[in-house]
Amino acid sequence: MFSQDGPPGQAPGFVAYPQRPPGDAAAIERGKGLYGANCVFCHGANARGGDGGGPNLLRSTIVLEDQKGERIAPVIREGRGGMPPFQLSDAQIADISEFLHSFPVSSRTGPSTINILVGDPKKGEAYVAAKCASCHTTAALKAVAIKLDDPKMLQQMWLMPGNAGGRGGGPAPIPAPPISVTVTQASGEVVKGRLSRVDDFSVSLTQADGTHRTFRTAGTTTKVEIHDPLTPHKELLRIYTDDDIHNVTAYLSSLRSQS
Amino acid sequence: MKKLLALVFVTTTATLVVSAQGVHRDFLHKPLADSWPTYSGDYSGKRYSALTQINQRNVKTLTLAWTRRLVAGPGPSGPVPPDEPPVIAGGEGNVVFGGATIVKGSILSIDGVLYVTAPDNVWALDANDGHLLWRYFWKTKGGTHIGNRGVGMWGNYLFFVTPDNYLISLDAKTGKERWHKELASFQQQYFHTMAPVVIDNHVLVGSSNDLDMPGFLQSFEPETGELQWKWYATPQKAGDPGLDTWKDLDAAIHGGGHPWVPGAYDPETRLYIIGTGNPTPAYTSAPRGEGLENLYTCALVAINVDTGKMAWYYQTSPHDTHDWDSAQTPVLVDGEFGGRPRKLVLTAARNGYFFVVDRVTGEHLLTSKFSESANWARPELNAKGQPIRIPAKDHHIAGALVSSANQGAANWPPPSYSPQTGLFYVPSTETYALYYLTEPDPRGALGLGGKDERSVGTAGSYLTAIDYKTGKIVWKRRYRTTANTGLTAGFLTTAGRLLFAGDVGGNFVAYDPANGTPLWHTQLGANTTNAPETYMVDGKQYVLVGAGDTLYAFSLY
Repeated sequence: MFSQDGPPGQAPGFVAYPQRPPGDAAAIERGKGLYGANCVFCHGANARGGDGGGPNLLRSTIVLEDQKGERIAPVIREGRGGMPPFQLSDAQIADISEFLHSFPVSSRTGPSTINILVGDPKKGEAYVAAKCASCHTTAALKAVAIKLDDPKMLQQMWLMPGNAGGRGGGPAPIPAPPISVTVTQASGEVVKGRLSRVDDFSVSLTQADGTHRTFRTAGTTTKVEIHDPLTPHKELLRIYTDDDIHNVTAYLSSLRSQS
Repeated sequence: MKKLLALVFVTTTATLVVSAQGVHRDFLHKPLADSWPTYSGDYSGKRYSALTQINQRNVKTLTLAWTRRLVAGPGPSGPVPPDEPPVIAGGEGNVVFGGATIVKGSILSIDGVLYVTAPDNVWALDANDGHLLWRYFWKTKGGTHIGNRGVGMWGNYLFFVTPDNYLISLDAKTGKERWHKELASFQQQYFHTMAPVVIDNHVLVGSSNDLDMPGFLQSFEPETGELQWKWYATPQKAGDPGLDTWKDLDAAIHGGGHPWVPGAYDPETRLYIIGTGNPTPAYTSAPRGEGLENLYTCALVAINVDTGKMAWYYQTSPHDTHDWDSAQTPVLVDGEFGGRPRKLVLTAARNGYFFVVDRVTGEHLLTSKFSESANWARPELNAKGQPIRIPAKDHHIAGALVSSANQGAANWPPPSYSPQTGLFYVPSTETYALYYLTEPDPRGALGLGGKDERSVGTAGSYLTAIDYKTGKIVWKRRYRTTANTGLTAGFLTTAGRLLFAGDVGGNFVAYDPANGTPLWHTQLGANTTNAPETYMVDGKQYVLVGAGDTLYAFSLY
């Protein structure tokens, strides 16, 4: 695909390919019938290839460049490779063309409804007891599971709370917990607070009384200690197996229906 | 080549005649210094400038010289300065892209003029103060407007590609259009982002898309735009080499391998060395033939610029299944390897591995893993030095936890190489995502379809310095942040013993290339979006970088 562009959060490029205007419904219907009778065995009901081994027509350059049957007609009438010739009229070929052009052609696919809860909840429960229970109660995990009815979102959020919600972005339904920071200046002054932002040259925090403070750290001996409650989640990314992840998600999802 | 000489002198301003005396038949082959005449500065891809006016001793006093905000589109969006020249318009369509203006490409600097681009837009600016000399706007038919990597230049001609698949030539002095040619089919969903690279009388342009269409490289005659040759990244007919690495001819014809990013050029062998993109369909790979390599996708390929014939290839990801193009700019280095001097090409690929290849013969010399978190391949390499994919880490109905996320461990942001340190510098990340298979039909999906990807975090964004002789990371600097950051936008090294780069917190920084210590920085308020560059005009060295819609030029006073 096109090279990813630098830092995230930038507007994606717009995709405006020439989706064809809606075709004539009667012609599409006639074309579908003709296609079913003549083409479907090899090219498949949705034109992506069929049992007879014919190629995917949706990505065929001949079909993509065709307007009203003029590009597909010679192939239909003369055959091609293993494809025999078909004696169809100009009008019939135009109808088949209309039918083929009724499929949207996109390099992306939409959301899926496939069930992802394939893990073993019992094993997931044991994993949670071993790895998660020191920080999380079952009641708290159940509350998270009840909040997230989409299993993909549940899986993403328990792995990494606060990470934006996948396709289309948007705020994460489970926010990341606040990060605390301790700044020790050369003078010995120690300032603690909630981290606002940090980079290689400065750190900003909010103290318990609401005071906002920024410290330049570049060129100083100021010490910055960051305490991120998500550190165990981040470290576990290197350790989980995919089975662990699927089992935990199945277990957490099962908590939704437990009384 | 005589014509090039004449044209450049005609366009040279009085003050620049002195610096332009170096303009001769191999103007573009000189070490990078006063000008920035092609995508990577010079053909080597090193992005290492010989300029030393700004150096380690004085960089602390580096100061903003000027800024310039750019507004893309058919007209000015704000008050127009009284001396602002009118927009020169062209185009075959009637669509105006309304997205933000973001500078994501190289800026050419020639004879005191800067040439800057965004999709559909070219600006010529005075290199002394950034004021506008002329502007060209292309009315588009549509297509993916995600970025433009810059113009190419030959004599007084500029070359520019558009998302709706045209190669446009402009008069560099006036911005007037000379001609435009169609590069590829809009119906087949091609789109163009690449900076054309001009080598002698060849304008080289890669054509790419996200659907299942083949990538190709074309060479055009600079004067007329006449096609000289066309090289396809995948086999297109029976008997083509590499066809046995595909399930069948139909799979190969639709196999991708898109050359998104400009390559590097070796004048001694006349080879243009470029990285190719992922095979398609990207994720649902069964239609490509399970276990087959899918040549020449995800590979370094060396193309003879005169004939368009491939001299050698080295594939960095056989049968890629993660949409990790290997389309980053390779870097050419003459240096010692294995105890003897060799001519090398270096590349750090999106798959998380670093490769050293002999650029004359294509012989593989070294592979090392620079992404610690990358978990898609087995610990050992195969006999060719290639990583061995773990199919269970392609994707899974219930989600496979994979590092890297789709962006890759590296990407288009240009690396740099400094002969002073012998180190190769690359922006890198350690990221994780869940890859879900959403199209279990073995016929697969089209293009990038059939998977859903959810980010689950990052183990950091880095400035990574690699010793090419060993493949080992000599040092790497993790940017301090708590945000879920991606890659920085690329590097510049200079003979002043400096490495310039934006960080992930909106700072623009000069580092010591020996160890990554910051020596100077300034907060721009936005992350940089292209690799820094440098040029010299009227005896003053500038360092130039873009952050979103604004250019910043720094110099010494």
